[in-house]
Amino acid sequence: MSPLLKKRWLSLYVENDVGVLAKIAGLFSGKSYNLSSLTVGETEDPTVSRMTISLYGDDKTFEQIKKQLNRSVEVIKVLDFTELSIHKKEILYIKLHSLKKEEIEDIIRSASVFGVTVCDYDRTSLILESVKTEDENSDLLAYYKKYYASRMEAVRGGSVAIESVSRSDR
Amino acid sequence: MKIKGTQLFVKALVEEGVDTLFAYPGGMAIDLFDALYGEKDFRVVLPRHEQGLVHAADGYARATGKTGVCLVTSGPGATNLVTGIATANYDSVPLVCFTGQVPTNLIGNDAFQEVDIVGICRSICKYAVTVRRREDLGRIIKEAFYVARTGKPGPVVVDLPKDIQQALGSDEYPKEVFMRGYKPSTGVHMGQLKKAASMLESAKRPLFLVGGGVNISHAGEEMTALAEKMRIPVVSTVMGKGALPSDHPLYIGNMGMHGNVASNTAVSECDVLFSIGTRFNDRITGKLGEFAKDAKIVHIDIDAASISRNIVVDVPIVADAKEAIVKLTEIVNPPKHISGEWLRHLQELRAEKPIRIRSSAPLTPEDIIEGINRNFPELIISTDVGQNQMWTTQFIQLKGRSKLLTSGGLGTMGYGLPAAIGAKLGRPEMPVVCVSGDGGFQMNEQELATAVCEELPVIICILNNSYLGNVRQWQEMFYGGRYSCTCLRKRKSCAQWCSSPAATCPPYVPDFVKLAESYGMEGIRVTRREEIDTVFERAQKITNKPTLIEFIIEREEEIMPMVPGGNALSEMITEVKKERK
Repeated sequence: MSPLLKKRWLSLYVENDVGVLAKIAGLFSGKSYNLSSLTVGETEDPTVSRMTISLYGDDKTFEQIKKQLNRSVEVIKVLDFTELSIHKKEILYIKLHSLKKEEIEDIIRSASVFGVTVCDYDRTSLILESVKTEDENSDLLAYYKKYYASRMEAVRGGSVAIESVSRSDR
Repeated sequence: MKIKGTQLFVKALVEEGVDTLFAYPGGMAIDLFDALYGEKDFRVVLPRHEQGLVHAADGYARATGKTGVCLVTSGPGATNLVTGIATANYDSVPLVCFTGQVPTNLIGNDAFQEVDIVGICRSICKYAVTVRRREDLGRIIKEAFYVARTGKPGPVVVDLPKDIQQALGSDEYPKEVFMRGYKPSTGVHMGQLKKAASMLESAKRPLFLVGGGVNISHAGEEMTALAEKMRIPVVSTVMGKGALPSDHPLYIGNMGMHGNVASNTAVSECDVLFSIGTRFNDRITGKLGEFAKDAKIVHIDIDAASISRNIVVDVPIVADAKEAIVKLTEIVNPPKHISGEWLRHLQELRAEKPIRIRSSAPLTPEDIIEGINRNFPELIISTDVGQNQMWTTQFIQLKGRSKLLTSGGLGTMGYGLPAAIGAKLGRPEMPVVCVSGDGGFQMNEQELATAVCEELPVIICILNNSYLGNVRQWQEMFYGGRYSCTCLRKRKSCAQWCSSPAATCPPYVPDFVKLAESYGMEGIRVTRREEIDTVFERAQKITNKPTLIEFIIEREEEIMPMVPGGNALSEMITEVKKERK
């Protein structure tokens, strides 16, 4: 890996129109930019959507990505969150099944230690819900995979991020 | 008053000042064509294929500086535009392309002649949009024209579903545009410009590099004035050719892969490279690490994304070329330390190592282009792509109002003839000459019919070497003379693989002279340089139809000099070693 390669965060304001997601995703694939995650949703203004994008890239490529996004007619504003203080969280669901009673008890205990919610369960399965940073969710996933690899199903949402109002640290 | 979408479409074109519409009908555009019936405010031209259509609109736009407007049907009508849209996108040509579309309730159903043309074009145009509500129609057309011609110009696709065309709605066409996501750069950052100016003032071996952006912003005169004030030599890219008169003493020539020795030497030896309106693509720079390696680089471009992408520059300036050149001319003083030696050195090199075709053939490409120079003091010249294009850009002398139309970025074969047709429609007072190869000409030869039916006296020069000559040259130079699929005289009866032409090769098809005659136009075959002037004189007397001139040239003629792909500009080849395979 090139030493310049690092994780970057972008937040885009885009038109809430058909095809805009395809346009942005196509820009990344067409120009061979690496994209780690992309989330999109409506904002307080229903005509505007906001995308949170995380990617690995070097400075030069990242500058080019920002310029390419900026020149897209559908993009209203590009914010670079990489060096800013932001709140960012990702939702992760882990469904575990074919569990024995002791296993369920153990998982519920572990969930409370890790600060994860058990949002659904029956006698042999349960669902964990975690709203944490991507890295923390990766750790969680690794933990449960260690014991339940063949009996689990995981789905991750990708991060959403917003600029902090008070914090100066990251 | 309520009017149909189609009526608003026509009204919009009138309000945008469109004088020529390039249009080909079909099922999902038939309502639009019905609304055009009897139209008096602009001319509707029917090319013979949608690819020819979009190149014609492109040629019209480059020749006039106005926006080219296309109208085609859905499905294949729309997909046939794709190459032309990409061509225009690469060379920053303003186009608005209207495509018919199946009714909104059928979109996504794989209806007859349905394609997602907006999806297909997304990465090859400046903006693409489907009109989904009748009330958005006027606004979207207004925005399309605005986006196409402002900032870095480019093609815009507007997809018009049939029900939107038919629906009744407001007859208002907006006067203003407000797009929150699109703010083309205006103005020049004076701080940066001053920095660039002082860099020029203290340079010893300064050089201007002029790209297509200077021609797009019509800044040729301003650029010439700036160069003259500074007494600084100028080199150009292929797309920048013509910004300065080609015979101007400060103009050293084209640089890049097939530039002249003096220009490429100038780039390699300069200490300040002041570049305007070029994106430094690989045909320009050669090996990146060696490009202008002793120079500080200033780069002016309207497109922020073109700056420091390929070449990292010292002073970036995002601005329109004309605006920046005018402002710079006001504030800058001639360099203090420049010696006459630098300019003399380049001028001498230009004179000592001119581009020449050293060939014993009775007719060379150089003879033909020089013939054009003699017979057309001012002209619009279009080229196809390949050797014909490089020979034209090497030898053509552009002066006064002359313009060169060529597919520089995408390199689209088949561009030359339709572009010439569009240019003649837009600039009927100017002589229009198309230089094409025998291969590229056949990619859009159906447009001869358009030129005949529109009574356009374009002069078509086919340089016939019976090869796809540029690829053949690469095969000769870098692939051991293995002429794989480049001979256009090869028939089933020939040896399957062949590495050299012979007197016994089968005759060429088609017979271009007879082809011309079948279109009711004159076709002339030229085999000797002595015939050139007579033929051009004769062609210029024909004022109501095109003339086709087939020039038979040496089959294995080369474009020289050449910087092989990936080599440094200083590593030019000036002669092909004819090592036989």
